[in-house]
Amino acid sequence: MRMGDWYDRNAFWLLPSGAVIFILMLMIYPLGYTIYNSFTDWSLTHGDKVNFVGFRNYLDIFFRDDRFWGSVGRTIYFTGLAMVVEVILGVLIAVLFDAKDFSGKRVARSIMLMAMMATPVAVAMVWLLIFEPTAGVLNYLFKSSGLEALLGGKQLWITDSSSVIPSLVLIDIWEWTPLIALIVIAGLATLSREPYESAMVDGATPFQIFFRITLPMIAPTIGVAALLRLIDCLKTFDIIYVMTMGGPGYSSETLNIYTYQMSFQYFNFGYASALLVVFLCLVLGISLLVTYLRRGLEL
Amino acid sequence: MDTHPANAGPRPFLWHRTFMNILYYGTIVLCVFFFLLPLLWMLLNALKTPLQIVELPPKLFFMPTLANFENVFSSQNFLQYIYNSLIIAGGSTLLGLVLGLPAAFSIALHKQKKLAVFILVSRMVPGITFLLPLFIMFRNFRMVDTYTSLILSHLLVGLPFIVWVMVPFFESIPRDLMDAARVDGCNVFSTFIRIIIPISMPGVVTGGILSFIFSWNNFMFSIVLASNRTKTVPVAIFNFISYAQIDWGGLMAAAVTITVPVLVITILTQKYVIRGLTAGAVKG
Repeated sequence: MRMGDWYDRNAFWLLPSGAVIFILMLMIYPLGYTIYNSFTDWSLTHGDKVNFVGFRNYLDIFFRDDRFWGSVGRTIYFTGLAMVVEVILGVLIAVLFDAKDFSGKRVARSIMLMAMMATPVAVAMVWLLIFEPTAGVLNYLFKSSGLEALLGGKQLWITDSSSVIPSLVLIDIWEWTPLIALIVIAGLATLSREPYESAMVDGATPFQIFFRITLPMIAPTIGVAALLRLIDCLKTFDIIYVMTMGGPGYSSETLNIYTYQMSFQYFNFGYASALLVVFLCLVLGISLLVTYLRRGLEL
Repeated sequence: MDTHPANAGPRPFLWHRTFMNILYYGTIVLCVFFFLLPLLWMLLNALKTPLQIVELPPKLFFMPTLANFENVFSSQNFLQYIYNSLIIAGGSTLLGLVLGLPAAFSIALHKQKKLAVFILVSRMVPGITFLLPLFIMFRNFRMVDTYTSLILSHLLVGLPFIVWVMVPFFESIPRDLMDAARVDGCNVFSTFIRIIIPISMPGVVTGGILSFIFSWNNFMFSIVLASNRTKTVPVAIFNFISYAQIDWGGLMAAAVTITVPVLVITILTQKYVIRGLTAGAVKG
């Protein structure tokens, strides 16, 4: 028998074997290990004695951990606010871009792309400078334009517990609205022109055209873009951690930040593992739910 | 939007159009500025002296200085961090392609739906879920602060992404092409290497570039797994602000230094980057 035949018959497992081994060793095994750890009270600060505690970590998380529930609320607040603004703004920008051909379109698209691809830590640094309460340009602009009073006096941005999440959301909007816009632009480019032509003949207004023709046709694409954002928004880490580390106090501590602190600040591995399992279930649950809802609506 | 029906007529209509044009281009310019300004601000302040940075109103025209860049490169091991980042991003991208391309091809060829879902679900899982157990494992093997541990952890992002980009790409290759190769005596592997990979270069480039950039930008895995020997540039910059007095000029210079390579790659390969980022989202 020729070697080539053997290859052909076994290609179905030979080809993906490298990736599968990697996934088993660095994803599945660690996941199992985390689930196992979540039933223990392992903590580096308590020495190496590890006890099996059953569901105690989970019970503590759900019934006694205010910090957990606070972080869940903030995660939802952050994600909801960011998603709504990003989707609306992204679709608007895409429609504007699609409406006309103008010189400099390529440059404008490049600039949006740059915001999205720039290293998040570097982006966080420049926003720290922009938000700086005394020397920052943002407060200067508000002061010099007289809009300061409109926003209620001193703008502390990320240093005040009431404005920290909207301020962080602003950065997320800056960073990720381009993704929605680019996806929708690509989607708009694939639409057929016929419905538009007949609508023009019938004398439809631009608003009617947008809401009756464009939006229904582009809805599935917007759905996918929003889903991609949703998955990433729930996991936002870089910007929040670099700029506030969850502060002031706990006022910007999302679930991802809280889990990180429990893992690598307190080294409370058992409890952190249980938090990870809960976080994972939440993200996967929401993502899959939205995926199925979308599929259901499309049918 | 307001057409002033009372004045409706050919001439006012022209005014209306001019007004709409101004509104249209004004909005576009505003949008572009919103996305450009923070990056411009980064560059501008990297070229200012410490005094100029905190000066209000901020000066837009000034004598630029490279002192901040000199400081960054002389007082810190910045070249070492750049080298570390290059090794880790390059290593994880290369490994991601070596493991991901055959897997993606197999999924497309054999319609391995379950394997595809398996790999793609890992795109949804929060990275920190893997980070804690990996940290414990690498700690047990004394592998924390080695290139290997960082490359492997960055692969958790890169590999699923490469598969995600490549599966639709391989699916779009006409089956006749494979069959023709078969007739000529190629087995699956030689077909893959000699025919499929060369004609899939745009896809490979897309997946490779983005996997490289994601690794270069990665912060969470690096801050946990990297220490003195393997510190990457994002971690190095983050450590700058732990000092009591923030040196804004140095910070901005460092931020510019690590962002510029990414932005240059992005602009040069814009077509591929956009294709990769929007992959799977747009039908047709």
